[in-house]
Amino acid sequence: MLKILKNLTKKEWSLAALALVFIVAQVWLDLTMPDYMSEITILVQTPGSEMSEILTAGGKMLLCALGSLIASVLTILCAARIGSNLSYTLRRQLFGKVQEFSMEEIGHFSTASLITRSTNDITQVQMLIIMGLEMLLKAPIKAVWAVCKIAGKDWHWTLATGIAVAALLILVGLSIVIVLPKFKKLQVLTDDLNRVTRENLNGLRVVRAYNAEKYQEKKFEGANAALTGTSLFAQRTMSFMMPGIQLIMSGLSLAVYWIGAVLINNAGMTEKLTLFSDMMVFSQYAMQVVSSFMMLVMIFMMLPRASVAAKRINEVLDTEPTIHDGYLTQGSKELEGEVEFRNVSFRYPDAEEYVLKDISFRAAKGETVAFIGSTGCGKSTVINLIPRFYDATEGQVLVDGVNVKGYTQQALRNKIGYVSQKATLFTGTIRSNVAFGDNGRPEAEMQENVEEAIATAQASEFVENLSEGYDGYVAQGGTNLSGGQKQRISIARAICRKPEILIFDDSFSALDYKTDRRLRETLNEKCGDATRLIVAQRIGTIRDADKIIVLDEGRMAGIGTHEELMQNCEVYRQIAYSQLSKEELA
Amino acid sequence: MMEKKGHNREQERQNGVGRPVHRPGRPGGHGHGPGGPGGSGGGEKAKDFAGTWKKLLHYCRKYLAVMVIAVVCAVAGTVLTLIGPDKLSEMTDLITEGILGGIDMDAVAGIGMTLVSFYVAGYILSAVQGWIMATVTQRVSRNLRSDISKKINRLPMWFYNRTTTGDVLSRVTNDVDTIGQSLNQSIGNLISAIVLFIGSLVMMFKTNGIMTLTAVLSTMIGFVVMFAIMGRSQRYFIRQQENLGALNGHIEEIYAGHTVIKAYNGEEKAQETFDHLNDKLRDSGFKAQCLSGLMMPIMTFIGNFGYVAVCVVGGALALKGSIRFGVIVAFIMYVRYFTQPLSQIAQAMQSLQSAAAAGERVFAFLEAEEMEDESSKVQQLKQTKGYVEFEHVKFGYEDSDRTIIHDFSAEAKPGQKIAIVGPTGAGKTTMVNLLMRFHEIQEGAIRIDGVSTKEMSRQEVHSQFCMVLQDTWLFEGTVRENLIYCTEGATEETMRNACRAVGLDHFIRTLPKGYDTVLNDQVNLSQGQKQQITIARAMIADKPMLILDEATSSVDTRTELQIQEAMDALMKNRTSFVIAHRLSTIKNSDLILVMRDGDIIEKGTHDELLKKGGFYAELYNSQFEQAS
Repeated sequence: MLKILKNLTKKEWSLAALALVFIVAQVWLDLTMPDYMSEITILVQTPGSEMSEILTAGGKMLLCALGSLIASVLTILCAARIGSNLSYTLRRQLFGKVQEFSMEEIGHFSTASLITRSTNDITQVQMLIIMGLEMLLKAPIKAVWAVCKIAGKDWHWTLATGIAVAALLILVGLSIVIVLPKFKKLQVLTDDLNRVTRENLNGLRVVRAYNAEKYQEKKFEGANAALTGTSLFAQRTMSFMMPGIQLIMSGLSLAVYWIGAVLINNAGMTEKLTLFSDMMVFSQYAMQVVSSFMMLVMIFMMLPRASVAAKRINEVLDTEPTIHDGYLTQGSKELEGEVEFRNVSFRYPDAEEYVLKDISFRAAKGETVAFIGSTGCGKSTVINLIPRFYDATEGQVLVDGVNVKGYTQQALRNKIGYVSQKATLFTGTIRSNVAFGDNGRPEAEMQENVEEAIATAQASEFVENLSEGYDGYVAQGGTNLSGGQKQRISIARAICRKPEILIFDDSFSALDYKTDRRLRETLNEKCGDATRLIVAQRIGTIRDADKIIVLDEGRMAGIGTHEELMQNCEVYRQIAYSQLSKEELA
Repeated sequence: MMEKKGHNREQERQNGVGRPVHRPGRPGGHGHGPGGPGGSGGGEKAKDFAGTWKKLLHYCRKYLAVMVIAVVCAVAGTVLTLIGPDKLSEMTDLITEGILGGIDMDAVAGIGMTLVSFYVAGYILSAVQGWIMATVTQRVSRNLRSDISKKINRLPMWFYNRTTTGDVLSRVTNDVDTIGQSLNQSIGNLISAIVLFIGSLVMMFKTNGIMTLTAVLSTMIGFVVMFAIMGRSQRYFIRQQENLGALNGHIEEIYAGHTVIKAYNGEEKAQETFDHLNDKLRDSGFKAQCLSGLMMPIMTFIGNFGYVAVCVVGGALALKGSIRFGVIVAFIMYVRYFTQPLSQIAQAMQSLQSAAAAGERVFAFLEAEEMEDESSKVQQLKQTKGYVEFEHVKFGYEDSDRTIIHDFSAEAKPGQKIAIVGPTGAGKTTMVNLLMRFHEIQEGAIRIDGVSTKEMSRQEVHSQFCMVLQDTWLFEGTVRENLIYCTEGATEETMRNACRAVGLDHFIRTLPKGYDTVLNDQVNLSQGQKQQITIARAMIADKPMLILDEATSSVDTRTELQIQEAMDALMKNRTSFVIAHRLSTIKNSDLILVMRDGDIIEKGTHDELLKKGGFYAELYNSQFEQAS
């Protein structure tokens, strides 16, 4: 938690110092008020006092109250400023950090968790800072100050206050020990309940097909009973604890008066009046002491949640991206568009097994190289090494004759048009999605290419049918388009940049066979110059590639044209026969 | 299920059950934003507050008697709290009177003991109240959850076309929680606050009229000021909520599209948008936090103001000798009791409001129209042969006018393999759903062994078919539980045999705990292995007929080849309906039905259809044509 405070700048620290001054002022004013009360008490008890004296004392009291209000408003202004600035800075840093991450770090945290860390967790920290700053500073100051004021009075009263505070601490301590673990468990049980419900909803057709409604309901009842049992325990315990606080507070007031009565009764004539006014004031101070301990307790209740959040934020901020920029922006002119793998192997940092082992091939300018193999054979990993989503563990990946690690990431990616397996679109228009990003050329040139790129991607027809055409709205994640439409837009996005290298990561499987074929034909026409790397499932998609690389469990099981591989590669033959009959392949 | 999506979106807009399905910017889906005053920041308003609470109370009717006891406890406890200051004031008076002479210590002790017993009794009363309400609340929440869970399985399939999983989930947890919290705290608080408010007013008047006016006037001035400020602050909270939502939405989008952003060097632009949104949030967040922070100091000030007023006026009156000093002591406490409940009442109302909003959603779900009750349908099939007929089937979704299946007729003889092919949106999955009676057909009939499925219970229809779907549905549980699922009387032997048949036995035995390995996120099963498990599950269930809906679409072709044997074993002697994308898998079918736009446009065997050179032939050949 403390570490997160390092993100505060000098400005915020001075605001915090300022807040401290206001808090001290506020505490002083709050604690001075009972003094005037005591003044009034004495005035009332002393025969012959003037009304004007009471009014003066009252006026001073009112000034104190007003001053205290102003001081606390100013404290809040400071705290809110600090809180919103801190969360602003944290969010910005987190966002920037995640942008730098490679797929490896993203995979380590998972996207969902990164989103929670950048949103909810930061809100948690912000709340603690705003409320905590005030209470954490105010409570001890108030407690100590009030105790000092009390200390001069009779020790019996101080003892009573001490007992009340101790009782309060025991009560709260008990509830922390007994109830807090239950609240943690509740979270787990709620997750269980959610999971069972989610399973039922996701498998609705299966559940009904198997007549398993009762089975699911039984499972739900199990989770439901566990959840109910635990929260019942927690709630019931709380219902005994909470009224205890009220009991302690009232008990303390009573004790102060009772002790007062005894003290006054036993005191000498002259001290009686002083003792009486002391008693009146003490009952006020005692409440202040108790309430500042309550504040401290509240902070400690809030702290665990916020510190978990802070820890999670720090984890992200402390992670160093594994991929570092090179400095080159240009490769070799003669080898433009060439991609080469030299004995490349790859494994995840903590894994023992290699995902890819010893991959070597060359794709010259304008060539089409295809990758095929069963799921999990490493096809996608191979092409993810080219734009440096991951770095090769061993060996070299070269683009334009230069190791990809030598380029700045921006320059490298400007050479590449990448189409992912799952089409990802962003809020905006069709046009803004196709002319997405920055490829080092003027914005206007990109805009010019948009319509042509859409035509090449076989998407003109549906785009022109949208009521807004090329400026048609795209919702977050492209949810207002169908799978095939999204995929074609994401292909247009790659074409629009006019890259040296086009990478398709199984991007054609959402298209039907006819569109798939037409798209490949137009690609040949329009982007003949670009080197094309294609990962595919369907033999039909790749059988006319210049080179087909067959992958099997991370190794190259064959390389060559369709005909060559049919001759000499067993794995390829198996794949081919599973899709097409012998006659069709002949 | 593609064919449904088009009109769903319209449906959602027209009659989304309660609220828009997508709640922006709450990845966790729960929790309120950084709080407004007493949570009034993101409060939701129910459309029918009274109606919903009536329903809620009716739902709790079993517990109403105990709830009344709880309320009585709350009232009694509050009354005791109110008498407290009165007694304390008596004690002070005894002391003041005794300052000059001697204090009547016996009387002081008497009052002290009375107060102790009051406080203890008050404690017991509130504890009992809390205990009762906690118990009632938990019971009610449990019943609500339970009812929702049962309801899930009684609702017709089409209901889910317009509801997302997240939406139902949030009703089971968040909404029920909100109701629970409100029941647990607000009702008790509201009642004690009202009693405290009225009671303290009465006690004050009883004690002294002028002092009462002083206390009431001074606090009222404070509250007028506070409400003026709070009324203005509302829009800042709304703005903060909106900005937070927009920013979170942006973060979600950018994180989810991380690779694409990187590949296209879109980082800078994303950062620009982010900075812009972040700036706005900082600004509105600051304002909202300030305003919500004002609440406490103002409350304190009102308290202090009342305190000063009471001291001064009381002092003046005491000086004149018109009141005793104890009155001031009592009033210092009464002022506190008088100001406290006002904010409590406001908070409780807020909480009752959000409970009503939550209740509205829960009841909308619980009251949604269920599937027809079929306990009267007893028609059962013995020894199903597997003769299936579709006769002029016509179908459109219950909640829409569009017809999806126009006129579908076909016939499957026992043991035949029937394939349904066609482009996406042709209605293939719909046909299967109709066969299973997941949806009700509007015209025509589907008969199994000559009996219309409408005359059987849905359960009976379901027990005729094994079903394997494209999404492999597995749940968190052991492999064994996933395999046997709810098939009664399945022996260990049957299970092993099924797994051997689908080629899974060896793999399962290599898992750390074999068949008792729990399947969760940690166990990494390939798509193919998951599919093998669902096929084995279908085998164990051993029902007379079979439906395969794109069962191997998400598996690569080599794995498919391995599973194919298992599939063939499953299809043996069973009338089977197969939907497939890859035409190679269905070439050997006895009958291929080619669908387009809800109608059968061609039917026949593979060879017949190829010879015919129609739509099927075109579809089939397009996979092999080379790009030239």
